[in-house]
Amino acid sequence: MSVLAPRRSTLPGFGLTMGLTLTWLSLIVLIPLAGLFVRSTELSLEQFWGIVTSRRTLSALKISFGLSFAAALVNLVMGTIVVWALVRYRFPGRRLFDAIVDVPFALPTAVAGVALTSLFAQKGWLGAPLAALGIKVAFTPLGIFIAMIFIGIPFVVRTVQPVLIDLDPEIEEAAASLGAGRWHIVTKVILPSLMPALLTGFALAFARAVGEYGSVIFIAGNLPNVSEIAPLLIVIRLSEFRYADATAIAVVMLVVAFVIIFAVNRLQRWAQAQASS
Amino acid sequence: MSIEMTLQRAPDRPAQPSDVEIAARRDPRAEPTVVRIALITLAIGFLSVFVVLPLVVVFVEAFGKGISAYLSALADPEAWSAIRLTLGVAAVSVGTNLVFGLAAAWAIAKFDFPGKTVLITLIDLPFSVSPVISGLVFVLLFGAQGFFGPWLQSHGLQILFAFPGIALATVFVTFPFVARALIPLMQEQGTQEEEAAISLGASGLQTFFRVTLPNIKWGVLYGVLLCNARAMGEFGAVSVVSGHIRGETNTMPLLVEILYNEYQMVASFAIASLLAMLALITLVAKTILERNIDEDLPHDH
Repeated sequence: MSVLAPRRSTLPGFGLTMGLTLTWLSLIVLIPLAGLFVRSTELSLEQFWGIVTSRRTLSALKISFGLSFAAALVNLVMGTIVVWALVRYRFPGRRLFDAIVDVPFALPTAVAGVALTSLFAQKGWLGAPLAALGIKVAFTPLGIFIAMIFIGIPFVVRTVQPVLIDLDPEIEEAAASLGAGRWHIVTKVILPSLMPALLTGFALAFARAVGEYGSVIFIAGNLPNVSEIAPLLIVIRLSEFRYADATAIAVVMLVVAFVIIFAVNRLQRWAQAQASS
Repeated sequence: MSIEMTLQRAPDRPAQPSDVEIAARRDPRAEPTVVRIALITLAIGFLSVFVVLPLVVVFVEAFGKGISAYLSALADPEAWSAIRLTLGVAAVSVGTNLVFGLAAAWAIAKFDFPGKTVLITLIDLPFSVSPVISGLVFVLLFGAQGFFGPWLQSHGLQILFAFPGIALATVFVTFPFVARALIPLMQEQGTQEEEAAISLGASGLQTFFRVTLPNIKWGVLYGVLLCNARAMGEFGAVSVVSGHIRGETNTMPLLVEILYNEYQMVASFAIASLLAMLALITLVAKTILERNIDEDLPHDH
């Protein structure tokens, strides 16, 4: 009988690989990140609050979070249009444009930074015509906004693309055969089923923009209280050896990042529930 | 959850409806021609302004004063030292994260244990940390005022503002790439082939090298490719720990910044053009690898 019993074969190496994984994860990621939080507990609550609510920190956080939110909104709208065109239409160069959506992921941020600055500087290809219209982009908050749009482009497109491709055409056809207009179908049938993916893409683009440094600092102008982003303020405080200030700002940003991870996890669970129903 | 890896995988090509299918069901699902043309124009215009033009401007600026100016900028000793440092840092980062990624993927994909989702989330963590903070955590550990700073100083060991610090920050930033490329692939492939090899008397290492590795080779390359691209291009984290010592601790992205701030545009964009080419080659290779990985997935046959 024992021959017929279900074979419980286990592969070797679990202890070794798991041990290696946990050790390496702890050494490289967990301990250094924990160190940041330990360091921040050396501050009293008043000190922490004082740093975070000082005018310059508050301005930097407002600029980072506010402009990231606005840039993520632009990416939400333009990303939806791009993904719609890429999935639903055929036009010359479609595959090429599909491929270059990933450029902001692949291009080193410093390269993106100098390229965008050169493009939008007052004598740049786009900066000059905009300057003629009285719009100054480089070295203003508008420049930060542009750089944040750039780095956020792939997120909405790549999260929504697989969902839009897999969308059952019969739902649309059924709605059309019932006499629903195209606009009605798009807004009432298609967009709701894309909603979890759209929100995930938005959250990821927002999170990326908040932490972004390289592509922003060249074009930003970096004036305190006007065009200084929070990551740059961390760098400045470090160079002034004001570790406590740098740590406090970093803790605020990390906590927000963790909240976003949590929200995205929730969104993906919602998406799975919607896909299976 | 993965912030970047899953996004970076373009969706499977075969799943896209063919032109014929599109044409066949055009009637109920198509927008009016005007709308269609407007949306395509908007999409192309947006991507052209925000992605194509920045890429083009890098090469135009780099070659703005002719090929010889470009080549002499790249021949500068400072440029060479940056290229060497960048290659060294990338080698360390790819090497360590490859070993870690293979170990993590083996443990996570081939075994069941409680807390697996938490572990995957923790591995993904560096993707959601701002690059500047990724550098900051190592300053807090190894800086003069850091936890280990005094001890390091008394033993004459230098981590910050030197190769070890730059390599550490880069390893942190690129930590999830290989593991994230392999975990879903190995989960899909299951454990049957390995179990068969073991039951036939193969050792664990033999099984891994003869059975598992051939099955995941494209996934390994995919992870290495993305890890390498990010390692060579990382700016924020490296900027915080580098100390910007000329000819010594400047990686290529840091040198782009320094030359740019000195208004040495040709030199700055020449280095930038090398990094841009790396990005373009990475994208092409990534597209090819994605096709091969799809063929390695069991459900395709």
